[in-house]
Amino acid sequence: MKTNSLKRSVLAVAVSLGTLAAGQAWAAEQFIPIPSYRVGPYASGGSKYYGGLIDYINLVNAKEGGVGGVKLTYEECETEYKNDRGVECYERLKAKGEAGASMFNFMSTGITYATMDRASQDKIPLVTIGFGRADAKDGSVFPYVFPLITSYWSQASAKISYIGQRLGGMDKLKGKKIVNLYHGSAYGKETMPVLEAFAKKYGFELVNVEVPAPGTEQQSQWLEIRRQQPDFVILRSWGVMTPAAIKAAAKVGFPRDKIVAVWWGGSEEDVIPAGEAAKGYIAGSFASDGVGFPVIQDIQKTLYANGKGNLSDQAAIGTVNYNRGVIGGIMMVEAIRVAQGKFGKKALNGDEVRWGLEHLDLSPARLKALGAANMIPGVKTSCANHEGSGYTRFMQWDGKAWKPASGWIAPDNSVLDPLVKASADKYAKEKGITPRDCSKEK
Amino acid sequence: MQFFIEVMVGGLLAGVMYSLVALGFVLIYKASGVFNFAQGALVLFAALTFVSIEKMGVPFWIALAITLGIMVLMGVAIERIVLRRLVNQPPISLFMATIGLSFFIEGLAQTVWGTEVHGLELGITDEPFDVMGVFISKFDLFAATLSGVLVAGLALFFQKTKLGRALRAVADDHQAALSVGIPLKHIWAIVWAVAGFVALVAGMLWGSRLGVQFALTLVVLKALPVLILGGFTSVPGAIVGGLIVGAGEKLAEVYLGPFIGGGIENWFPYMLALVFLLVRPEGLFGERHIERV
Amino acid sequence: MIYREAGQFKINYQSDSAILPIVQDRMFMIGLMVVSFLVIPVLGSDYFLAGILTPFLILSLAALGLNILTGYAGQLSLGSAAFMAVGAFATYNFMIRIPGIPLLLALVLGGLMAALVGILFGLPSLRIKGFYLAVATLAAQFFIEWALTKFGWFTNYSSSGVISAPEMQVFGIVIDSAAKKYLFTLAIVALLTLAAKNMVRSSLGRSWMAVRDMDVAAEVIGIPILKTKLLAFAISSFYCGIAGALWAFVLLGTVDPQAFDLHRSFQVLFMIIVGGVGSILGSYLGAAFIVLLPIVLNLIGQLFHGAISTQFLSNMEMMLFGGLIIFFLIVEPLGLARLWQIAKEKLRMWPFPH
Repeated sequence: MKTNSLKRSVLAVAVSLGTLAAGQAWAAEQFIPIPSYRVGPYASGGSKYYGGLIDYINLVNAKEGGVGGVKLTYEECETEYKNDRGVECYERLKAKGEAGASMFNFMSTGITYATMDRASQDKIPLVTIGFGRADAKDGSVFPYVFPLITSYWSQASAKISYIGQRLGGMDKLKGKKIVNLYHGSAYGKETMPVLEAFAKKYGFELVNVEVPAPGTEQQSQWLEIRRQQPDFVILRSWGVMTPAAIKAAAKVGFPRDKIVAVWWGGSEEDVIPAGEAAKGYIAGSFASDGVGFPVIQDIQKTLYANGKGNLSDQAAIGTVNYNRGVIGGIMMVEAIRVAQGKFGKKALNGDEVRWGLEHLDLSPARLKALGAANMIPGVKTSCANHEGSGYTRFMQWDGKAWKPASGWIAPDNSVLDPLVKASADKYAKEKGITPRDCSKEK
Repeated sequence: MQFFIEVMVGGLLAGVMYSLVALGFVLIYKASGVFNFAQGALVLFAALTFVSIEKMGVPFWIALAITLGIMVLMGVAIERIVLRRLVNQPPISLFMATIGLSFFIEGLAQTVWGTEVHGLELGITDEPFDVMGVFISKFDLFAATLSGVLVAGLALFFQKTKLGRALRAVADDHQAALSVGIPLKHIWAIVWAVAGFVALVAGMLWGSRLGVQFALTLVVLKALPVLILGGFTSVPGAIVGGLIVGAGEKLAEVYLGPFIGGGIENWFPYMLALVFLLVRPEGLFGERHIERV
Repeated sequence: MIYREAGQFKINYQSDSAILPIVQDRMFMIGLMVVSFLVIPVLGSDYFLAGILTPFLILSLAALGLNILTGYAGQLSLGSAAFMAVGAFATYNFMIRIPGIPLLLALVLGGLMAALVGILFGLPSLRIKGFYLAVATLAAQFFIEWALTKFGWFTNYSSSGVISAPEMQVFGIVIDSAAKKYLFTLAIVALLTLAAKNMVRSSLGRSWMAVRDMDVAAEVIGIPILKTKLLAFAISSFYCGIAGALWAFVLLGTVDPQAFDLHRSFQVLFMIIVGGVGSILGSYLGAAFIVLLPIVLNLIGQLFHGAISTQFLSNMEMMLFGGLIIFFLIVEPLGLARLWQIAKEKLRMWPFPH
């Protein structure tokens, strides 16, 4: 019995090593790696995000037969939202396909940081939509990193502008008190210098309060907040910290419509656990939710009606995380399309796709043609601007659905750009990078 | 002063919530000497099962009964499939087995019930009420009362009933207990079933606080310092430990935090427990072992 | 038949105290070294080297460190990741604050720093035992994680708190490719393994084991408990510190406190329990099990791609992983190293067991 089971396990290992060694052959196809996370603490958001992304890729294949006749292929790899597993997935998928991986979209700050050096070495771009290094906006120092649509710093700026709007003008910020309740991690502290710069500019008082990760307990922080009597609370939360914060705010009687959260705190997963307490709560957003967009309806008609959808639970279609995934798909596919315009209709390598990412032009008209009008702000990237937009909007949870609470708000680049420049220069110096000359790039 | 009282009361009440999770550990440790790492997974599984059944349209109490049934079955299954085969193995192997178990249960929970997050309303609004200017949460008070009743019941059960004494005998020495005719297998099945029940209560209360989602497994981290403070083997110890940890960490965060930079709640309870342990290495209420050569 | 020691005589003390007294074992070890130093770096793909072998080797080293503390000296610890973090951050700070410091020296200094911190957090072990000590070491875990995030000095005031590791150079060779990184890791791990093997065979190792088996009895026969336990903490933390620095510099390329969270501590502990507590080989087998199994399961899962929903597959992988841990513990509660030993015994008799 014992030896039998041993034999069996040895066999299993041998079989799997065999699959490790065997490469797969591809025909003229563009390969997109999907490093998803569908188990563990963040499975709920991860499944929907990558479900939406895969659905969009399949939609493009089903409707147009791929991009410019080149079929899009993909392979998933489970990262569990862990850095080391992410690195493993990166290494596993980077050389797959005819011309290697097109680009990676990890949806995780940690994994993105951990693969940054490798990616620049391998010339594969990293797409970080809404998150990642804010200073990577400077494409001259970070040629392979794309914090598309909006970086954390742009969002922090938008939050201040939004609060100004609510108060009736930026001049009204003077003398006000804003608490920055942040997750006790590198991620949580990332926006502090930006918020401080704005506090100086507009003359409001900024109080930083830390919530120890993971943030299940926030009672003392909220008692402190009640004592401080702030006008607004900026919530830089992540994971379970969001619902716990909303609950704790209700407990001390802090009005939820005075909480302005980062977009990580702005999905259904963040408010449903908080139940009734979440009514009125406000969070940032870069991709609108809902099934009203033609592209989402197309996915329902073309894929789900024929049983080809990626998600087993169709109720998830149109949720914030799902739509973020579709947007991710649109950006990635459009980058390939743009790159094909320069390099020809063939399987492109990472460096060629990088050129596409750097020359994205998703104007409102183009978005409309894609069936995603006003789903995201217009995005136009260049060598000097890898973010391409910086616009953020705010949504309010009414107990059942997200309702728009503002239009697209522009970042205050007069404050942000010097910070981005300083941070990018520091990175370049540390790493010994000679920045590209963006005026020479076409 | 008023603020001080408010922080302290809030801390004490939060501490009881920690005790509730710690209780699950104490039960298993007391009866089988196993440090049950899977307790957090059980809490998640119980809460997720309950919410999912209720979402199907089953009334509250029936859903609760069904979930309890499932948890008991699960406890028995764990004993049958895992622990029975590991009788008399070193504690560290048993500990590891429960870790394997926690992976399994977490995977199972998400396979069966999906990864979706849920809200859970127990019908007790979490609005504060005012006692001479001090805000006290209704929900916390309810949770504290419930935990108090649970602990009192369990303490009586362990001290006064025959079964309770048998449990303690088993914990002390498996083989000796077997040799005096205590049915080890039944005892373990019972205690795992009770731990399943405690997990359900903890899952409901924590679930209504954080929402029913994977992060429920993280509440274990709050229970561990309670556990070492109160002692692994003492049911009342879990409560007292919880109170000390709860009040201590909140007061430290508010009054000590500003001086050393805040966010100290994660490690402060452990340091506190460490200090207590240096004085009493078996925890406040743990059983003292005399070492002989 | 092949594995038989008959006819191999030990004719002097030297051969009696050799690490591998049996010729076949020696041949096997030499073969293994040749393959891993010469063949694998040439034949292995980037994925195999950087994605699988490098993390496996680094975590083996961490497991080895913990095994010294837990397996040999009997002190249960849940703070390994914290000591890894200290090693990583100390190495980073030595490198940026002392210009021109050689990488290896910074690495050793980083390890020594971790050892110092290890001694500090090892002090309670003089009074606290067993699971109580394990939970008490969590204090180290949470405190160090907090301190490294909290104080900007450790991260050189980086805006994101995540620092990217500087370029690595040893004797003028820049370590940048997957194969070079692998070789660098392998060399360090092999060297430290040899040191550990010798340490546990020495009088120090024997006093560790005496303390593990019963510290009161050990004290009675004259083993200095304080020194022995603290040395175990120091050496174990040194190993963990080096592993942490390698993890940050070689594998991730970023020095990030979150890479050394509680889960990492647990992961390292899992390795030694599954592999075998108190066994050097066990550290490797355990690391292989814990690191490679989820990857292998994921790869097998990919074969069913399209047939079953990915969601279901991913969760099945997790269940299978948990189930296999339980399965192996039931089959052999003393760890994989014990299975290996049994296999060796069987091989000795083969093909005539009686």
